[in-house]
Amino acid sequence: MPRLSGAAPAALALCLLLAASPWVQAQTPDPNLARNLAATCANCHGTNGNARGEMKPLAGRPAAATIALMTQYSNGGLPATIMHQIAKGYTEQQIKLIADFLAAQPPKK
Amino acid sequence: MNHAVNQELSRRHVLWVGGGAALAGLGLAGCASGPQTGPSIGRVVIVGGGFGGSTAARYLRLWGGNIDVTLVERNARFISCPMSNLVVGGYRQTDYLTRGYEGLRAVGVKVVQGEVTAVDAVAKKVRLASGAELPYDRLILSPGVDFMNDQVVGLAAAFDSGRVLHSWKAGPQTTALRRQLEAMPDGGVYAITIPKAPYRCPPGPYERACMVASYFKTSKPRAKVLVLDANPEITSKKGLFEKAFKDHYTGIIEYRANSELKEVVGTTAKLEFDDVKADVLNVVPPQRGGDIARQAGLLNMNNRWVGVNWLTMESTASPGIHVLGDATFSAPAMPKSGHMANQHAKVAAAAIIQLLKGEAVNAAPVVMNTCYSFVTAADVIHVASVHQYDAVDKTFKTVPGSGGVSAVASAVEGRYALSWADNIWADMLAA
Repeated sequence: MPRLSGAAPAALALCLLLAASPWVQAQTPDPNLARNLAATCANCHGTNGNARGEMKPLAGRPAAATIALMTQYSNGGLPATIMHQIAKGYTEQQIKLIADFLAAQPPKK
Repeated sequence: MNHAVNQELSRRHVLWVGGGAALAGLGLAGCASGPQTGPSIGRVVIVGGGFGGSTAARYLRLWGGNIDVTLVERNARFISCPMSNLVVGGYRQTDYLTRGYEGLRAVGVKVVQGEVTAVDAVAKKVRLASGAELPYDRLILSPGVDFMNDQVVGLAAAFDSGRVLHSWKAGPQTTALRRQLEAMPDGGVYAITIPKAPYRCPPGPYERACMVASYFKTSKPRAKVLVLDANPEITSKKGLFEKAFKDHYTGIIEYRANSELKEVVGTTAKLEFDDVKADVLNVVPPQRGGDIARQAGLLNMNNRWVGVNWLTMESTASPGIHVLGDATFSAPAMPKSGHMANQHAKVAAAAIIQLLKGEAVNAAPVVMNTCYSFVTAADVIHVASVHQYDAVDKTFKTVPGSGGVSAVASAVEGRYALSWADNIWADMLAA
């Protein structure tokens, strides 16, 4: 399970922990997992990615763009106030699921 | 005991017919609009229309098949605790914090204004103060906190007198505190007492100290803010609050650690070794899970909080009853916040839909928290965390290397904070 951040020993420990646990069952298809993960973003980025105000809208945004942005936040390539800290909390696989789900959401005007 | 309960249930069962008719008159009969058609797959009753309960209602309708969702809330409108310190500081009016339940009604949630007084987990019904009863297949309690006033001598009487305010539930207490501050003479002392953690909104008291000091700085330059903290140090965003106290409020804010409130006499706070006379005394009391959770026998953690199964948010004391938000016994490093209650609600909504369908629940939920605090009228600091479910220890754990606090207070984050509020209020209330 590749992770976005450095901290290799901690990440490795977590991977071993996860590999030994039912957590990896997330690898088997759960049709609602992407929806559930994307909902963790909604507090700031709006329900199904339809953000208001200064928050970046994510609904309908191409998945590759969201993944690239999250990767840059995570590896420090893009300055941020908060997203660099949040991006490091999700696995690459989770970010892909989230990005794909939000890309499929119709943006509201 | 059981016999008596059964008799009571039996009697209530007869009353239920009449109660049903009365509820129909309130517009409860028939499901309102919504995309779902076909037979209902279940009835969910939600108690408490704050950040947790409202979000659960909204997401059950958004994600569910045809689920009957009834939200019982004692107030006619939602008033947000987050952002309420802006009202205390004089930078916003209460209207700003207040939102209606029309959006939830429009997506098919039956919103009932009322007070749930009893839960019958065996018969799967809740009883309202009106005498009406609501049957359920799944129950969600999002009861917030109630106060342990008996932990401080004289506190209950002080609150009853109206002279001492908590303002730790937004609403009339928020505006009342603002009025006390406006009426306080220049040169007066505002004191806020903070209970030992855990309590609702860890950074909230320090943000409030900043907002009051900001008001004093411009309007009552000789007035003081005294922070009496029962904890050994600032419990959240410590370095950032210390910097704000120093940079903006030197000579106004005085912070005292290890200063637990023991007794209240008038507006005097009695501590272990000394008495502090305040002009305005604001007591954030010790807290536990809300009354309805206690009445339902769910406060099984330290007799204060509700232990939950984090995969479903079901109470460990009474499976089938899902509990959200501040009332839960927190996972490690998980704050009691409105944002977290919203995240709990989404875990619960997803699980309940699966359970009603007889399907497996999400084995790998994730929740996250973002909390913004104003340190001046414009400048804001945050703390953020991401929590992944750990199947071995059966709890949420923060991801190593993730999360953190602001590098510095900034006006950019001030704008994000306001947008955060707009987005989360819309997310929970379908507004």
